[in-house]
Amino acid sequence: MQITSPSFKKNSVQALSDAQLQKALGNVRAGFIDKRTKAVDALPEFDALRDNGKAIKDHTLAHLDLYLEAYEEQVKKAGGHVHWAQTAEDARNIILDLCKTRGVKTVTKGKSMISEEIALNDALEEAGVRPVETDLGEYIIQLRGEHPSHIIAPAVHLNKEQIEADFRRVHTHLPADRKLVEHEKLLTEARAVLRAEYFKADLGITGANFLVAETGSSIIVTNEGNGDLTQILPRVHVVIASIEKVVPTLEDAAQILRLLARSATGQEMSVYTTVSTGGRRESDPDGPDEYHVVLLDNGRSSMLGTEFQEMLRCIRCGACMNHCPVYHAVGGHAYGWVYPGPMGAVLTPSLIGVDKGGHLPNASTFCGRCESVCPMRIPLPKMMRHWREREFERGLNPAVARYGLKSWAFFARRPRLYRFFASFGIPALSMLGGAKRRFSWLPFAGGWTKYRELPAPEGRTFMQQWAQREALKQEVSS
Amino acid sequence: MSGREAILNKVRASLNAGAGDRKTAVDERLRSAPRGLIPARGQLADAERVALFEAQAAKVFSTTERLASHADLPAAVASYLRSKNLPASIRMGGDPRLRGSHWSSQPALEVRDGPSDGSDEAGLSHAFGAIAETGTLVLHSGPDNPTTVNFLPEHHLVVVDAKDVAGDLETVLANIRDRFGKGVMPRTLNMITGPSRSGDIEQKMLLGAHGPRALHVFIVEG
Ligand code: SF4
Repeated sequence: MQITSPSFKKNSVQALSDAQLQKALGNVRAGFIDKRTKAVDALPEFDALRDNGKAIKDHTLAHLDLYLEAYEEQVKKAGGHVHWAQTAEDARNIILDLCKTRGVKTVTKGKSMISEEIALNDALEEAGVRPVETDLGEYIIQLRGEHPSHIIAPAVHLNKEQIEADFRRVHTHLPADRKLVEHEKLLTEARAVLRAEYFKADLGITGANFLVAETGSSIIVTNEGNGDLTQILPRVHVVIASIEKVVPTLEDAAQILRLLARSATGQEMSVYTTVSTGGRRESDPDGPDEYHVVLLDNGRSSMLGTEFQEMLRCIRCGACMNHCPVYHAVGGHAYGWVYPGPMGAVLTPSLIGVDKGGHLPNASTFCGRCESVCPMRIPLPKMMRHWREREFERGLNPAVARYGLKSWAFFARRPRLYRFFASFGIPALSMLGGAKRRFSWLPFAGGWTKYRELPAPEGRTFMQQWAQREALKQEVSS
Repeated sequence: MSGREAILNKVRASLNAGAGDRKTAVDERLRSAPRGLIPARGQLADAERVALFEAQAAKVFSTTERLASHADLPAAVASYLRSKNLPASIRMGGDPRLRGSHWSSQPALEVRDGPSDGSDEAGLSHAFGAIAETGTLVLHSGPDNPTTVNFLPEHHLVVVDAKDVAGDLETVLANIRDRFGKGVMPRTLNMITGPSRSGDIEQKMLLGAHGPRALHVFIVEG
């Protein structure tokens, strides 16, 4: 997919004036937050489980090489195959090769962000293999030639009228005068169309929420059941997962599962939690003959041992974006790559480089809501600050911001000069603010003042007020 | 260098691995599989635990029904199908706990053998266990209960023995370990919490996405 993260600002301006998108984004604000709060409140142990989840992942990451080796050994024992992919291209080639050697024509796919990360669908199509997304949201955006705008609700940026129009455009084998207004009708139509695809597919691809070292299993969590039909009906099941998905044991997965569904959708448990291990056994009447896992690194090993290691605890629940005022305003596409919201702002520069993704960490008001809801206690604001520092060090900020900050720093390091200018500046600005005492336009901040006014500073400087307070205190105590 | 070695080397280099004995901690954890925190909610006496399972199942739109013994199963299945206006036909695997019942006592009911091919309106499975904490059923693959029966029919009917309703997921996992052996798993372990659903259209939750539209649980007390 084309990366548009460098034009985050332009993307956001477009998003803010897109009436359809703004209407759809209302569903994020209305839907996710309350449901999560209710589910969390109903489990008194939730915060203690967060501590456990964090500890499990920290332990695993500190021993990641050993757990990956143990995991691989168990997959092999269960008759499965592990393929190691250093880059997105390696991963694509491994999957294309599996398709070629097995004469695969159609691939069904469960929802997988890794598949988006490696732009798998484009590669499959180029190789003459037809990919069919089966998660309802993913299916809809595939019909539209779009990318997910949310990691667990990929089509959250759309309204049902848009979806109806797409179904009418693509499902031309159905009567043109059929009624398609209600949500239920749309779902039933998609269900019928996709049912046929599951049976046609030669190979099914799913992601993984966890890889279990103890047993060599992959675990997926879905509500629709599409991930299950995707893996049990075709001959070959391919799991694509990044290396940090591994946990030591089933018990460890059980701890984190209690956090995942509550944080993601406010459910206590998703409808289908499926543990898959190897291909079908001799006596099994159904299930895939072959089981493959593609383990993707793609930049993650370089995050270990750095200030961004903690980001590898992320379980992709989406809570940070559901609670993010910036995401609420601009939606997921503005972030310009696969991962939006606060987690995307931290992960994107790590995975595609600060030169392309360095803008995203600026898309934060530092309100801290993301960190407060993150089930894995990832210090997202702190990491965004790390990126900002790196961006600044490398001179990647716009010139205005750089000079502005530099001149501010010049004065900040010279307190007397700072105070001297401030004591003149405030009365001057207060006068310039006019009768309203507000600015509706400021030099270098036209974008900001376009949507709001800045109150003009009033009274005296902070230092002056402080000095007065201290003097008063002295008087009172003496 | 293979991708495998390259990735593992990079991981080791980034972690500054090599110092200290890291392997012992890993082996020990994999061997002992320590339990984490188990929420108090499901830690109840037998009768209350089954009642909690029913309450939690209802919250996720499953329906439940108690049966005195497996012998009541054929009549209960026939009556469920009639109440939903479904054809008198049921798909099931070879589980002796299902097959031990007298299906011939319901002459009008067709029993279809083996995995589902997608043409069944209703399927019947026997669960390995259940989790009261979340109203979840746990099933595993094999000839007794083919996995396709869990997903293809519109109505999924599941039998669970009351004695197999555990308080928490960890207890069921321990039972799985006892049944299959340490580190060994069946091809598929399904934990099912309600009928299939989707909220992908405007965040409106609808039942019956790709899997069953209805999930009905028979709790056998005998
Ligand atoms: S960063 Fe935290 S809140 Fe955001 S998706 Fe990852 S785990 Fe969830």
